[in-house]
Amino acid sequence: MKSLFIWGLLSLALLFTACSKSDEKPAPADELEGLVLVKTISNATHAIDLYTASGKFETGYNSIYFQIKTTSGSLVDNATSSWMPVMKMMNMSHSCPFSVIEKKQGAQYTYQGFIVFQMQGNDMEYWELSLNYTINGQTYTIKERIQVTDPIRRKVQSVMGSDNKRYVLAMMEPSNPKVALNDMSVLLYTMTNMMQFDPVDNYTIQIDPRMPGMGNHGSPNNIHLTQGADKIYRGKLSLTMTGYWKINLQLQNANGTVVKGEPVAGDNESSSLFFEVEF
Amino acid sequence: MKQLLCCALLLSGLSSAGQTVPAQKDSVKVQELSGVIVISRQASRNKNSNLLSTLDQYLSSHEQVDLIKRGAYAWELMLNGLSSERSVITIDGMRIYGACTDKMDPVSSYVETTNLSRADVKNGQSGNAHGTSIGGSLDLVRKKSGFGNNRFSTNIFSGFESNNRQRVLGTDLQYSRSRWYSDLDFTIRKAANYRDGKKQEISYSQFSKFNLSAAAGYKIDNHSQVEASVIYDDARDVGYPALPMDVSGAKAVIASLAYTKHHLSNTWQEWETKLYHNKVTHVMDDTKRPVVPIRMDMPGWSTTTGMYSRIEGALSRHQFKLTATAHHNRSLAEMTMYPNDPAEKDMFMLTWPDVHTWYAGIFAEDNFMFHRKWTLTGSAGAGYQQHVVKDESGIKSLQIFYPDMPSVKNRFLKNIGWSVQYQPGNWRFSLGSSYSERAPGVSEGYGFYLFNSFDRFDYIGNPGLKNEQSFSLNGTASYANDRISVKGQGNWFHIRNYILGVPAPGLIPMTIGAAGIKIYEQVPFATVYSASLNASYAIVSGLSINGKAIYRRGFTNEQLDLPMIQPFSYGGRLQFSRAAFFAEASIDGAVKQAKYSQLFGETAAPAYTIASLGGGYQFKWKENSIQVRVGVDNLFNHYYTTFADWNRVPRMGRNFFLNLIIGLTEPLHTVQ
Repeated sequence: MKSLFIWGLLSLALLFTACSKSDEKPAPADELEGLVLVKTISNATHAIDLYTASGKFETGYNSIYFQIKTTSGSLVDNATSSWMPVMKMMNMSHSCPFSVIEKKQGAQYTYQGFIVFQMQGNDMEYWELSLNYTINGQTYTIKERIQVTDPIRRKVQSVMGSDNKRYVLAMMEPSNPKVALNDMSVLLYTMTNMMQFDPVDNYTIQIDPRMPGMGNHGSPNNIHLTQGADKIYRGKLSLTMTGYWKINLQLQNANGTVVKGEPVAGDNESSSLFFEVEF
Repeated sequence: MKQLLCCALLLSGLSSAGQTVPAQKDSVKVQELSGVIVISRQASRNKNSNLLSTLDQYLSSHEQVDLIKRGAYAWELMLNGLSSERSVITIDGMRIYGACTDKMDPVSSYVETTNLSRADVKNGQSGNAHGTSIGGSLDLVRKKSGFGNNRFSTNIFSGFESNNRQRVLGTDLQYSRSRWYSDLDFTIRKAANYRDGKKQEISYSQFSKFNLSAAAGYKIDNHSQVEASVIYDDARDVGYPALPMDVSGAKAVIASLAYTKHHLSNTWQEWETKLYHNKVTHVMDDTKRPVVPIRMDMPGWSTTTGMYSRIEGALSRHQFKLTATAHHNRSLAEMTMYPNDPAEKDMFMLTWPDVHTWYAGIFAEDNFMFHRKWTLTGSAGAGYQQHVVKDESGIKSLQIFYPDMPSVKNRFLKNIGWSVQYQPGNWRFSLGSSYSERAPGVSEGYGFYLFNSFDRFDYIGNPGLKNEQSFSLNGTASYANDRISVKGQGNWFHIRNYILGVPAPGLIPMTIGAAGIKIYEQVPFATVYSASLNASYAIVSGLSINGKAIYRRGFTNEQLDLPMIQPFSYGGRLQFSRAAFFAEASIDGAVKQAKYSQLFGETAAPAYTIASLGGGYQFKWKENSIQVRVGVDNLFNHYYTTFADWNRVPRMGRNFFLNLIIGLTEPLHTVQ
């Protein structure tokens, strides 16, 4: 009984302290919460910390965040910037799909964009990232080699369509798949030239998730991906259990013609165009 | 004590084990039970030749009971031809939910014959005291020695069956004093594979089981007592030849505490309140199968906590009973599949997504003897049921099929019924009708990709199912005198919103080799009826002949036949007993199944007739006895399978059995 009384008093006291504290301003949210540093690139004047959720650059869609620091360590909040990733191969170079750079929503010092690497690098052939940024009218550049590795499961595919166009498809979501009807989103680009990739409009990406490890069974109520106003293709991916899923794809152009991918039917257990998820 | 008297009265009314109660002149109590199956070995009326047979075999002797057989053990009980979701099986009024998604562990599999004295069968709505059912209820009544016998007695028993080398060993101890009693028993069974009538070994039909039970009662004063009971049941290495998987372990702990008060007033005669708790763990796996498309484990857990309070009274020509009951069950089952490619992660899903069932209900019953020969029975009940899917990932998985599915579903379930009994002379007639509702079961509402190896479909639950509503009619006519007893009985059920698995063409099954997916849907109605006739005739003193015939039929509004419906079946029995000697010869059979469900994967079960012999002798000295029983089932080693055999796996061929039961009783000095 006595201890109950003491506990009551204590909790009342706690309640009051909590109330009095609520008058103060909340501490500024950590702009880098949930992000892991991948690499710091630098020149004579600035150092730029590059972050992703996984702490690495992987083949596929990468949401990339960075902060610009002066040599004295203070963060820059008024830069405008752009980037250009280039794959340096033995006898040629090419780029990949990427976004413009914007301030991270609600953040003061953090910038954000994405890059879709369609292949991994190695010692001989590697990705080089150029970052151009302007602060108070003055433009700076950093160019540095970055490491891009393949994830265990495929999240991007670069293919030649039956219309002789080269397409790059990259899966954005689900990044954290669940046994559920998952939101699925995909970026679809076509290669205009080696250094330019442009979004493709009004296509449909048909999905057919299968489990090759278990009789190649499928799942119900998937919704094919169609394009939204933000150019992203969105649909619903149904995953009925954990494990390894192959998401067979068919890319259908605006006229309804399939330009890449085959239906999973009869003896054909897989499309030539697919993503993989495993959880 | 009153209860014991009632029990004795019931037993005295029986002509033989497993047969329904013939006409009784005075006891309303007897009339309300449509059937009693005697299990207790102590009861002299137990005429089951093989006293040490499994509980399933005892129950199968009753006309209203069908048992679906997936192996040699743990048969699924159906009442009046209706599948097991439509009836309630209780142990001493306690609700237990099986933990297996594939119905491999019916409630009756978690008890032993040594735990029980009898099973009470009630029809349709009248069985609603412990939960809503539409087909009826079967209460497995615990054995207890009771107060005041002032003795210590024990049975030691051992049995052997030749066909599957089943060995049975066990003992029970009963200690009874004027103020308290205690019972303790255990049974071990172990059986190898059995062989069918063609002497082929049926692989994966082995089982082993250990059962331990204890009960104790203390009389607080002349009019009140407390009783506690616990059953521990542990079955291991149970094979299911009709299924692609076996059970490595099925365990249950079933415990209860009851308080009973007698003679509260002239009107209220008995008031019993019981609290109970039980936990079932069921581990289904395929480790014994050499070749499988993919290895998997399917464990399931079910925990139930509940109570009931029942008061009985009598006033002038009325006898009445009120039961309030409440329970909570948690059912969780999962499936893990191990990919053949070790680089891939395990595949996992919840097959029962942590479904919590809350139930609270009341049930009232009145017997009004409005004339010396006429009795009117009326009963009504209502229950509130809530299903909650607790597991977040479980809701998400079901929402793949039902995007707007809420995690909570409330249901209000009602039932009402009446019957009238007329007893002119040696005749007895009864006619009744009733209405009752039931909620979908856990699998019907929330099952996720549950494979049915009979129709080879994966089943998906449907949380939006409405309640099933049943209108039923039942009637009996019987005649009994010193030598002849005849009883005809009929049941008719018209079930609206009948729940049934309906193929969903566009969907791809998960199970390798499955034919498709079925989703539980409701058809406008289904009709199920059954009729049985039972007659016995005492030719001379000690020699009697008995015959029975059963027919059932079930179909939907589109005249589609329902699965697992018994065709015309018959049985005959010639029994002789004199003093300590007993012998019987019997035949059982069925005609070829004409009505069966092809949609369920059924084929017509062929006709069969099997013959059996049994006999026994009981040596007695003082209050002790040695009982020997021998017999042979399926005497001519007939190869057969019945409508109730899952995937038409053949039944056991010729089987000799031997029982040895030693009963010792030591009177105790009266102490106060």
